[in-house]
Amino acid sequence: MAATTSLERRRTLAVDSQAVARRFGARWVLRGVSLSVESGEVVGLLGSNGSGKSTLLRVLATLLRPNAGSATVGGCDVVRDPDGARRQLGFLAHAPGLYDDLTARENLRFAADMLGGSDRPIEPLLDRVGLGRAANDRVRGFSAGMQRRLALARLLLASPLVLLLDEPYSNLDVEGIALMNAVLQEHVARGGAAIVVLHELAPASGILHRTVTLENGRLDAPGVAV
Amino acid sequence: MAWQDDWRRVRAIAWKDLTTERRSKAGFSGVVAFGVSVLVLFGFALGPEAAALRDAASGVIWLTVLFAGVLAFNRSFQVELESGAIETLLLYPGPRWAIFSGKLLANLVFVGVLLSIVIGVGIVLFQVGIPEAWPALLGVLALGTVGLVSLGTFYGAMASRSRAREVLLPLLLFPMLVPVLLAAIQASRALLGGDVMTEAGAWIRLLLAFDVIFLVATHLAFGAIIEG
Repeated sequence: MAATTSLERRRTLAVDSQAVARRFGARWVLRGVSLSVESGEVVGLLGSNGSGKSTLLRVLATLLRPNAGSATVGGCDVVRDPDGARRQLGFLAHAPGLYDDLTARENLRFAADMLGGSDRPIEPLLDRVGLGRAANDRVRGFSAGMQRRLALARLLLASPLVLLLDEPYSNLDVEGIALMNAVLQEHVARGGAAIVVLHELAPASGILHRTVTLENGRLDAPGVAV
Repeated sequence: MAWQDDWRRVRAIAWKDLTTERRSKAGFSGVVAFGVSVLVLFGFALGPEAAALRDAASGVIWLTVLFAGVLAFNRSFQVELESGAIETLLLYPGPRWAIFSGKLLANLVFVGVLLSIVIGVGIVLFQVGIPEAWPALLGVLALGTVGLVSLGTFYGAMASRSRAREVLLPLLLFPMLVPVLLAAIQASRALLGGDVMTEAGAWIRLLLAFDVIFLVATHLAFGAIIEG
């Protein structure tokens, strides 16, 4: 009975990593990380510099293959079915990943085309992130905060099940932080899940359901409820 | 429909690359200026004799396009490295070959325009006449461009992961391009010399065979090299 319940729980997990390990050269950056995130949950991932937070996110985002262990995103294995996993996730990295010589609208139009399907709403998203008036401006002239907002709009364009956010509050002003939190709240209200890498808890207070801490590539606790 | 989504991705990448190139100040004009300079330097090196210039014209034009093309292939993935766009590109769903096809399409347009300009300048500088078999010559130019661009785009992607990409790309590309360049130069020379498809035909068939091999191989292998 207990085994069946555990199996059912794993089926509903938005993110499920089991003993994930990853090394760069001889240095192990992740040493058997097991982390599960359920739908409707926002998990804060804490840890000192070089503890493996970004590496874990990049493994979950299919950008790095784990050397050992397994991970699923939205039920899709990140190694065996990376394309399926990519359809379930949105990843906000340190770098915004935008094209400087395209306008804000063109960047989103490009993302919409790459995501496939048709008629993804671009104008409402630009308004939502406060870039409606800058829609026809080239990204080259944007501040770091504006680029962060545009990257957030691109993330929302895909309507992913799982958001993987690497220090999402960096470069954002007070209004931007409130916007990021509102987006996260709406996301989990729709049944989505998120893992948020943080250096400080303050900007995300009231949003996180629990925090976990990575140190030397290991999760030092199963999770602390916030 | 999956194929419609894939075609949309191919077009999106080609449009994005060409738009970025058109808007960047130093991009295309710099490559063209470099190509014309190489052509003029070859002209000086060959001397003033008209027959020698005409005889060398096809080789000089193809080598000029190769040298200028290397700059374009490096730039093709440089734009993805800026602001971490390469990772964002890899996070989109869909097959990896669609990314390669989009890049290839943009580079074909880029190198095609470059080749047109280089040929225009080359005709004047090297005193080359338009041959009777000009449609066949156009075919050779198209086939040579496809071979050059498919390998150039592929190795541009491979070299983009290295810090020494400017040096690495020609080192990887030039040896692999020998059969395409040889066939393109020999076929062009034969047609410019008035050959009505006797000698040129064999070179064109060879060029076609290498194009097919390179197009298929690069599309299949792109996923492995871009994900590292």
